[in-house]
Amino acid sequence: MFAEFGYGVLLVSFIVAIYSGVAAVYGAVNKSAPLVESARRAMLLTFPLISIAAAALIYLLVTNRYEVAFVYEVTSRSMPTYLKITAWWGGQAGSLVFWSWLLAVFTSAVTLRKWDRDIEFLPWVIMVSAITLTFFLGMSIFFENPFARFWLVDGNVLPSMFAPANATVFTPQDGQGLNPLLRHPGMVIHPPMLYLGFVSFVIPYAFAMAALITGRTDDRWIRITRRWSLWAWLFLSFGLVLGGRWAYDVLGWGGYWGWDPVEIAAFMPWLTGTAFLHSVMIQEKRGLLKHWNMILVILTYALVIFGTFLTRSGVLSSVHAFANSPIGPFFMGFVTLTLVASVALVIWRWPILRSETEMKSMLSREALFLLNNLLFMSILVVCFWGVIFPLISELFTGAKVTVGPPFYERATAPLFSSLLFLMAVAPLSAWGHSTLQTLGKAIWKSTVAALVVTVAFYFTYTQNIGALVGFFLIALVLFATVHEFWRGTRARQKAQGENFLTALSRLMERNRRRYGGYIIHISMALMAIGILGIEIFQKETQGTLAAGEQLNIAGYTVEYRELASWDNQGEGVNYTRAVVDVYENGIYLGQLNPRIDYYFDSQQNMTIPGQRSTLRDDLYILLVDWQPVSTIGATFKIYVNPLVNWLWIGSLLFLAGVIFAAWPDRDPSEEPARRSVARDSRQPSAAD
Amino acid sequence: MKINKFFLGGAFILAAVVYLIASSTQANAEYFLTVDELNAEGASAVGKSLRLSGAVIADTIQYDAATLTLTFEIAHVSGDNKEIEAQGGLAEVLYQAVNDPSRQRIRVVYVGPKPDLLRGEAQAIMTGKLGEDGIFHAEELLLKCPTRYEEAVPEQASNN
Repeated sequence: MFAEFGYGVLLVSFIVAIYSGVAAVYGAVNKSAPLVESARRAMLLTFPLISIAAAALIYLLVTNRYEVAFVYEVTSRSMPTYLKITAWWGGQAGSLVFWSWLLAVFTSAVTLRKWDRDIEFLPWVIMVSAITLTFFLGMSIFFENPFARFWLVDGNVLPSMFAPANATVFTPQDGQGLNPLLRHPGMVIHPPMLYLGFVSFVIPYAFAMAALITGRTDDRWIRITRRWSLWAWLFLSFGLVLGGRWAYDVLGWGGYWGWDPVEIAAFMPWLTGTAFLHSVMIQEKRGLLKHWNMILVILTYALVIFGTFLTRSGVLSSVHAFANSPIGPFFMGFVTLTLVASVALVIWRWPILRSETEMKSMLSREALFLLNNLLFMSILVVCFWGVIFPLISELFTGAKVTVGPPFYERATAPLFSSLLFLMAVAPLSAWGHSTLQTLGKAIWKSTVAALVVTVAFYFTYTQNIGALVGFFLIALVLFATVHEFWRGTRARQKAQGENFLTALSRLMERNRRRYGGYIIHISMALMAIGILGIEIFQKETQGTLAAGEQLNIAGYTVEYRELASWDNQGEGVNYTRAVVDVYENGIYLGQLNPRIDYYFDSQQNMTIPGQRSTLRDDLYILLVDWQPVSTIGATFKIYVNPLVNWLWIGSLLFLAGVIFAAWPDRDPSEEPARRSVARDSRQPSAAD
Repeated sequence: MKINKFFLGGAFILAAVVYLIASSTQANAEYFLTVDELNAEGASAVGKSLRLSGAVIADTIQYDAATLTLTFEIAHVSGDNKEIEAQGGLAEVLYQAVNDPSRQRIRVVYVGPKPDLLRGEAQAIMTGKLGEDGIFHAEELLLKCPTRYEEAVPEQASNN
């Protein structure tokens, strides 16, 4: 009953989405405002409709309706209710509905904005959203239907939406349940965060297409979507970080990022998105790079769909890949079609996307921004190459050749280092024109300070050249950025006679994007500390200990005390938990409890590390094995991951920075960015 | 003049990126082989960086906790996704591979914690090298258990 109902509602929303897109185009072409309004309302209607379908699906999930194939696949009776709800996005069919629902949320929000100044964009924004929504709903309805049920026909069980002839509904006793590895808070939030990021990039893309179609190619579309892009970027970044944190906490290999193709698939739109966020500023301030911004937003959209596709196609061998599914080719087709159509639009509008000024100085802010863009694109090319290399080599040489993490690490390290360097230098350069002299004057103090820090590190911490270069660049970013805060605040103090804190907070409030950006730069430098630490200085040891025996690593002493094993029948889990004492240089620090959870229904182990985290390093202890009969001996693998905590600290600061930058200004009509430096040097565009 | 300046800069970056990609690819390329292919190469594959995949055979899994040494055997599975699909999907192919004694097998050694996902009929994807002893020494071990993720038809079906 609920299954048919949910499917019916999904079908209705599919039709409404199609109507909305068609009405929008028809209304725009025939200049019929009522028709466009009707399209807008239809688009608004998709949100409650898909919400109802989703509610029906969630109802089926929480009420153990295992006759529904999707419910059978992702839930089981032993799962707590909140996990049954989040199982909505735990499997392929449900996650597609989730995608559609998010898109409906965003498009509804966007159609509700005040359109008076840019009403000509409205129908085209609706069209792009409607096409995307129709595609995803269509995938759910025709290929990956979450409401399909099991039917018993002549002793065989078939999943199908509609009853085959002479069939009765088949209801399994219990479901398969979610893989226990995925029953982790990080894993509960990680996919929706990524999806939020993915889906919200549809909106800037829709506006970009609208700008191309209407020919209103000034920076209006960029101004409207600036905050959207920032939020999209926030969610995407946060999703990536959560995935890393989950891997660190759950997968028990002492790492957080493995350059797996699916990780890279989520990372690629992040790269273009980050480049986009930077390069739109050049268009706003200088009227440059209009073609480039279009290409970036199109690429980001294509990579978002491509990323959703990669996880589902089975094309690449990856731990993340869902089972093979018929929808792979449709995704590929959809990406190709939208890519071709968008690029055709750009080519059609090429002449009116010309720059309003010329780039003159190699060291001007816009030139350095351009360099930043090139670096991001280079990293993208490296990633893309790594992902498709097996396919290419098979095509040309017949041998399947892959590249692993060392490839990515080696190829991207110089690029990431250059980005760090730019992060320190670019904010100090001026729009229009800078010289080595002015730049040098602005940065020499920070350089000296960073050198001092590096020398100190050389004598106290490491002689590794790569690490020292890294630390120097990180220190340079930190000093140069903090110096920027200092300079701005001092100048304001002098001019306004405010005290330091007032001046600092006013300064930041008046230039949210700039200082939010600086906070993000600082957070990136902090994250780089963590990455350097774990990549270069990770130490590990292992051993089998009897009670009272010890292992030593990097100044820590780990002493094995005891082991206990018990069942929790209610949750269907057996816990084996070790108790170890941790000492540092003879001083008792506390107890850690690495454990192994064994899930009966899926017959799977889950290794939970015992962690002790400080700013200096993480002690990360895995219980590897134990003797089942007597609990005398247990085997441990121990990692010391120096500085890795800075990665998570940086991530939190990053969140704060993006939220600060994206926070609405007090008075939106007075956008401080517009008043700044470059106003006079810029020729007014026709539509401004 | 101006254009030249930027053009030169861009060309320089492009060249640097091409160099980075080319040299890193060369230094880190791993040949993706199936068990059949590896056995066919035989001694000529010894010492090369390889990526090998196959189906884990349950009763060959041995773990020596004292040395963290894991050994197991894998059976040949096709490396071609289309072929796997044609034979009924990965889960089915893995099931057949471990239950077919005529399949080629190879012994694998891995030192480290025993992965949670290791079990019979899992697909092991490993990077490492073939030793002169004919044993594959894995440095990295990924496992995929397709049945755990998605399976269309419940097992109860066979009882009816």
